[in-house]
Amino acid sequence: MSLQGKIALVTGASRGIGAAIADTLAREGATVIGTATSEAGAVAISERLAPLGGFGMELNVTADNAIENLIEAIEKQHGPVAILVNNAGITRDGLLMRMKDEDWDAIMDTNLRSVFKASKAVLRGMMKARAGRIVNIASVVGVMGNAGQANYAAAKAGIIGFTKSMAREVGSRGITVNCVAPGFIDTDMTRALPEAQRDALVGQIALGRLGAAQDIADAVAFLASDKAAYITGQTLNVNGGMLMP
Amino acid sequence: MENIEARVKKIVAEQLGVNEAEVKTESSFVDDLGADSLDTVELVMALEEEFECEIPDEDAEKITTVQQAIDYVNAHLNK
Ligand SMILES: NC(=O)c1ccc[n+]([C@@H]2O[C@H](COP(=O)([O-])OP(=O)(O)OC[C@H]3O[C@@H](n4cnc5c(N)ncnc54)[C@H](OP(=O)(O)O)[C@@H]3O)[C@@H](O)[C@H]2O)c1
Repeated sequence: MSLQGKIALVTGASRGIGAAIADTLAREGATVIGTATSEAGAVAISERLAPLGGFGMELNVTADNAIENLIEAIEKQHGPVAILVNNAGITRDGLLMRMKDEDWDAIMDTNLRSVFKASKAVLRGMMKARAGRIVNIASVVGVMGNAGQANYAAAKAGIIGFTKSMAREVGSRGITVNCVAPGFIDTDMTRALPEAQRDALVGQIALGRLGAAQDIADAVAFLASDKAAYITGQTLNVNGGMLMP
Repeated sequence: MENIEARVKKIVAEQLGVNEAEVKTESSFVDDLGADSLDTVELVMALEEEFECEIPDEDAEKITTVQQAIDYVNAHLNK
């Protein structure tokens, strides 16, 4: 198992893509800390990860200093984070003409600011270790845009720019920073879409079907492994051929 | 005093991967010891750990030579 002995932190690991990522990294041998926004969610993650190696913790990425405090607590008890997966994210869709400031701010805080904060907080440990892996979950929407998701697309494109800059800053220390940009994946997030919209989206996918959370998890596990040591600043598109940039 | 100077020089040598003999009190991290901007940030982090203190960013920016690091530590520690 290639991730043996490594501490991995996965935000938003209670369900969907994050849950699949946490389980996969744990199966590869990492000790995984997965986060949920509620205590009950954290307990459920602990139960899920216990046999694989890992546990859940509570985290709301928008709460003051929550990210810094969590990472400090993890590093004190278990040692430096070697793999960070910034996965937690939300949508607040709506046409721009109707988009409220709150919808914009909530997306920026939850989806983009959180990536900055968590990445910064793990950096000290990674710089000292002269090694580290950061994988940020972007989106196909951040690359191609999508009507009704100006806020979400801006945050996801922001993650991609952030990733490239950070990759340049810390590459000399053996730390890689990459994005995985999922296409249309079957999770709660996409189940919330109206059926007609789902059908129209599937029509644009070369492979003719939605992706599974596991498809994303496998790409993340690869980027987190030693096999991806020479890949940094990239966005790996895992979208069934929905977009070929 | 000398003790602090020796500790600072040791950390500078370790962090910047230079010989301890090359580290003079008047040495500038960037101009004489070949540090880049990330090296200087790491150096401050290492000083913080060695002397168990927190160096605010505005102070850290002013620490560009070995002497300045020694002065900073002397001024802010063991009071
Ligand atoms: N599904 C897709 O088709 C798709 C496509 C492209 C990109 N993505 C991206 O993939 C990531 C995961 O998406 P998903 O589909 O798996 O979403 P999901 O099923 O809705 O799960 C979202 C996860 O994020 C957590 N979360 C939400 N708000 C949070 C906050 N303020 N602080 C901390 N955690 C928070 C949730 O925790 P709780 O369970 O505690 O609420 C949950 O674990 C997101 O970044 C999303 O943008 C998804």
